[in-house]
Amino acid sequence: MSQPRALRQPALLRISSAAFLAFWCLVAAFPIFWITVMSFKAPVDAFDANPFNVIFGPETRARGKGLSTLDILAGLTLFYATWRIAIGPLPRAVREWSPGGQVWIGWIIGALVTGLAFVVVLFGVLPPVMDLLNGIAGPLGRDVIGLTTEHYHTVWIERGFTRNFQNSLLVTTGVVTISLTFGTLAGYGLARSGSSLAFWILIIALIFRALPHAVLVAGYLPVFINSAEILRPILGDAAPTLYGKPAATIAVLVAINQPFTIWMLRSFFQNIPADLDEAARVDGCSHFQAFRRVIMPVMWPGVITTGLFSFLLAYNDFLVTSLLLDAQNQTMVPAIAGMFNMETTTTDQVVAVAAAVSITAPLFLLVMIFQRQIVSGLTAGAVKG
Amino acid sequence: MKFRTFAAFVAPSILMMLLFIAFPLVSVLKQSFYLTQPVYEMVEVETCTPGFLTQTCVTETKAQPQLDEFGKIVTTTTFVGLQSYQNVLEFGRVKAAWAKRSWSEFQTIDFWKALRFTLTFTFITLPLILGMGLGIALVINNATRALRGPVIFLSLLPMIITPVIGALSIRWLFIGDGILTAGLEWWLERDIAMFAQAWTLELMMMFYRVWHVAPFAAIIFYAGLQTVNQDSLESAVIDGASRWQRLRYVIVPHLMPLIVFVTLIHLMDAYRVFEEVVGFSSQAHVISLQWLTYDFLVPDQAGNRSVSRASASAMLTMIGIVILLVPVLRRTWRDHRGGH
Repeated sequence: MSQPRALRQPALLRISSAAFLAFWCLVAAFPIFWITVMSFKAPVDAFDANPFNVIFGPETRARGKGLSTLDILAGLTLFYATWRIAIGPLPRAVREWSPGGQVWIGWIIGALVTGLAFVVVLFGVLPPVMDLLNGIAGPLGRDVIGLTTEHYHTVWIERGFTRNFQNSLLVTTGVVTISLTFGTLAGYGLARSGSSLAFWILIIALIFRALPHAVLVAGYLPVFINSAEILRPILGDAAPTLYGKPAATIAVLVAINQPFTIWMLRSFFQNIPADLDEAARVDGCSHFQAFRRVIMPVMWPGVITTGLFSFLLAYNDFLVTSLLLDAQNQTMVPAIAGMFNMETTTTDQVVAVAAAVSITAPLFLLVMIFQRQIVSGLTAGAVKG
Repeated sequence: MKFRTFAAFVAPSILMMLLFIAFPLVSVLKQSFYLTQPVYEMVEVETCTPGFLTQTCVTETKAQPQLDEFGKIVTTTTFVGLQSYQNVLEFGRVKAAWAKRSWSEFQTIDFWKALRFTLTFTFITLPLILGMGLGIALVINNATRALRGPVIFLSLLPMIITPVIGALSIRWLFIGDGILTAGLEWWLERDIAMFAQAWTLELMMMFYRVWHVAPFAAIIFYAGLQTVNQDSLESAVIDGASRWQRLRYVIVPHLMPLIVFVTLIHLMDAYRVFEEVVGFSSQAHVISLQWLTYDFLVPDQAGNRSVSRASASAMLTMIGIVILLVPVLRRTWRDHRGGH
């Protein structure tokens, strides 16, 4: 497409625009890239003032932990091969093998199999093979970059991060499922009703969204801690203490999330023409049947997008989970706060860095897979006001 | 849609919000007027240490929390009126500071210190985020189509990263002789300690927040840029408008609703600033309003949580939110009335 001459930009403007873009990309990615690099180094290297020492890790290399040129080449080949499989044969296999209409199950299984194969090759097959090859390759087999996974070992195995991970999984799954169930119902109702009541519900939800979460937690804490006594007259001796229970935290996070969820789902529902439910109603569906059989099947993109944002809220939360869960049921983000508060040595700090990278990795994958949905979700609420 | 069907659809969500948002608000309001304390009793305790010939024994009176038959601490709840608010606001010390006209003494009082930081933080980051967001959106829009996807991918990273982790990742770049501090020291040729005084900490916190929120603004503005009317841009060119004038008089007015939206969201979120204080461990120098409430709620060494003070500070935080939102709500109300 050729642009009109008057709109063409002078060279200086184009160069400075490109420079600003490059600068922004650097600023956006650098801190995350850097903590990833740090997490693989021995403590002395990780906090070195010289950036090259951080990248190449001489101290880590001196301890015999490192990668040779050959290792790096093999690793890159593996990544490239996985990438090719993920964009080529995998989608084809999924389409061929999954039962009709249930493609998403096929995708989940396909992704799991590919991911598992990748991990097995990277950690199980490559190390012994590369050991052998490095021995006979001469200069190419010498270590050039120091790299150690010991901090990940410390975090996941010795510090019991696995349990925190399971707790995070439990809480996020609960929050996403429940807030989507309640949110789709309410979002549909609000989108299809033009009454003043609907308007006021939305405005009150907006006010609720602005509340600092500490305010709400101040309201829950005394009630949750004493809930066994408060509920005893109703439930008898089965009355639970809600403090520290994941179920109570899930309920709280769902409620905090609800205003945002219904606003977003409502704007997605408004995109679906009302003629569609009217046609279903003429054919004899009740409102609920129309919702379930006609509207929901075309709503999946909106539901997935909103689910992503619910997931982010539950996964990223620090305040609510750190105050309402006891040590047993702690999720990952508050657990890391405990790690860097007690840090005394640089080793502890690098362990905390490894934990931080472990928490970020799933988010990174999430953006890779769902980039389009995230962008559409951000703009859905905004563009329509 | 009939009212009954509407109610059936909306009920679960409304119930959730009533139970877990509206009800806690009422209970916080009530708690802020009451004070719950353990009942202490005075007990005489005789402690003996072995000594030569005779033991040395000391008898002293100690205050101990009373226990009931289940071994739980007995508590009483008393109505204290506005006492908790007074404890948070500390008017006595405010008056003393005012008498001396001493800003630094005024800033030693936790609540006012937190309020000062929260407001500065909110209003300094706002223009930075709008500016950065618009800038990034314009350069993404200016880039070749093939580049846009990867750039948006990179831009999303700071936005979706867990706030505490994001703050930590910036902190690790600066802490001790971290590479950025080392770089600054080399450039300015002087010793720098980024974590030793309030203003450098505040600078890092604001940098973090702009890094975290600017992509959000950028993506929304970028979507808005796709719908700019090309005809009005071309007619502006024919009328001899410069590039700057086109930006100022065509593009920005077109983006105005989006700018208002981003401003609203950012005001709400920045007023709740909290994760930065945790991530940078800045509580010795800089605290925010929400952190103050959080700190009252965390059990102290004796295991007590000062719930009534937390409630008072929570209610005071709420007042700020209401003041921030009133202009927006009034506008929405007028639009709604006008729309019908």
